[in-house]
Amino acid sequence: MSKRERYNNITGYIFISPWLIGFFVFTFFPIIASFILAFTKYDILTPPRWIAFDNWLRMLSDERYLHSLKATFYYVFTAVPLRLVFALLVALLLRPTTRLTSLFRGIYYLPSLIGGSVAIAIIWRQIFGLDGLTNFLLHLVGIKGPNWLGNPSTAIWTLIVLAAWQFGSSMLIFLAGLKQIPGSLYEAASIDGASIWSQFIKITLPMLSPVILFNLIIQIINGFMVFTQAYIVTSGGPLDTTLFYALYVYQRAFQNLEMGYASAMAWILLIIIAFFTILAFKSSRLWVYYESEGIG
Amino acid sequence: MRRKSQWIVYYIAVFLLGIPMIYPVLWLIGSSFKEHAEIFANIGSIIPNKFTIENYIEGWKGFGNVSFATFFRNSFIIAGIGTIGTVISSALVAYGFARIPFKGRSFWFAVMMMTLMLPAQVQIIPQYIMFNRLNWINTFYPLIIPRFFSGVFFIFLIMQFIRGLPIDLDESAEIDGAGRFKIFWWIILPLIKPALITTTLFSFYWTWDDFLGPLLYLNQATLYPVSLALKNFADPTAVTNWGAVFAMSVLSLIPVFLIFVFFQKYLVEGIATTGMKG
Repeated sequence: MSKRERYNNITGYIFISPWLIGFFVFTFFPIIASFILAFTKYDILTPPRWIAFDNWLRMLSDERYLHSLKATFYYVFTAVPLRLVFALLVALLLRPTTRLTSLFRGIYYLPSLIGGSVAIAIIWRQIFGLDGLTNFLLHLVGIKGPNWLGNPSTAIWTLIVLAAWQFGSSMLIFLAGLKQIPGSLYEAASIDGASIWSQFIKITLPMLSPVILFNLIIQIINGFMVFTQAYIVTSGGPLDTTLFYALYVYQRAFQNLEMGYASAMAWILLIIIAFFTILAFKSSRLWVYYESEGIG
Repeated sequence: MRRKSQWIVYYIAVFLLGIPMIYPVLWLIGSSFKEHAEIFANIGSIIPNKFTIENYIEGWKGFGNVSFATFFRNSFIIAGIGTIGTVISSALVAYGFARIPFKGRSFWFAVMMMTLMLPAQVQIIPQYIMFNRLNWINTFYPLIIPRFFSGVFFIFLIMQFIRGLPIDLDESAEIDGAGRFKIFWWIILPLIKPALITTTLFSFYWTWDDFLGPLLYLNQATLYPVSLALKNFADPTAVTNWGAVFAMSVLSLIPVFLIFVFFQKYLVEGIATTGMKG
């Protein structure tokens, strides 16, 4: 090893040491510990007891666990597409640069910035309350609004609307992606007489597909981990219809002190997220366009 | 003329679609200045019939003999110190990955990017057990100390920025005999200021908004940050004083609003380059 290489190795590891140490202390060892805990019964107060696969089998017959899976999937597969569709549509709308563009961009981005806060979650509870803002507005047009938060079929939609409302950051990523598409492609297409719609299908969507993939993966990962909104707006109710995965893990671990069982559940969540992330990547070969391929 | 009318239609459409985006926010601000009776009697309106700051005075008193002055102070301590730690450590790590060709660099970089996919739930239970053993429950340490070990999104953001700087800068400084630390401190740091500002803003804003961390580690009202205090303030099992809750909610959003108004450019760039959740 030359002197120079050694210098690079030493300084390199010194510079990345904050991350490397943090990785081992706060991520790597906790994950290993979590895996081992998943095979034990542990309530923090007494030492962990080995129970082999009991935690894993218990999930299969735990009705609340199955409810939480159902609620989480329902949420992810409605909120994520809705958010991405809104983000793309509004990005297309805000694409032409005008004097007011940055103002409009700000207005559409604002909910995304504040939507994750406790303040907005609390306000949401009021907005969808029995005598809240939504029902008042419905009353103005002569509709008697339901008890949104108390009704098992509507409660989850208050959270889906809250998620869809926060499409701003995805929109900004789409806007950045749209800027990268060369204008010459559209000029050539309109000379050839292509309609706006076919330009969208044949130019915008393929050119934007890597950004769509990126947004999709980020939103899926975030979607499966949603906690605060469900905890505050609905507390998982009514009848567990909004008992999101992260919320149920929290309840088992920190309210019932079933650290072992909760760890096993967390591992299943890890596998679910990894599965959908890999699926998105694999499927991308079919629908994501990379420039080297040329437009077919 | 046709183009002009098209633009008018465009502006009206964009404006109308923007109403649902901003209405709940304006409504919250407006309601926080309404009198108790008016909040529900005049629920749909943004502008109060009679303007009062009574809600703010009542709300500020907080609960359990702890006022919002304490909650805001706690939030500023946690978010402030944590952010300093994140910015410094993330800049160091980003420079290491972006500019130093050490052995194992691509391996560790791949590991780092993979950790983005990990659900926090896998880590929080063992972390909680660890912090509990250290007797860190009901202290700010579990919320602050981990931030000194950098954040992956921020490392990635700063790396992208460093990669955009000409490598000649490093090389000519090296020829002049400067070591890595001098190059980092005197040449790189001043040039990556915009990325550091973006990191500061996001780090502060995420910590300010964080709810799960305080919920797990703090259970004394005197230690609550604003996020956790608001949740307890609006406890659904007790009678909620909505006026006061609205007022304190507005106050809790002010730091984020200020970042939004004065630093929007940095937020937009940060999101566009890394896909950070904003």
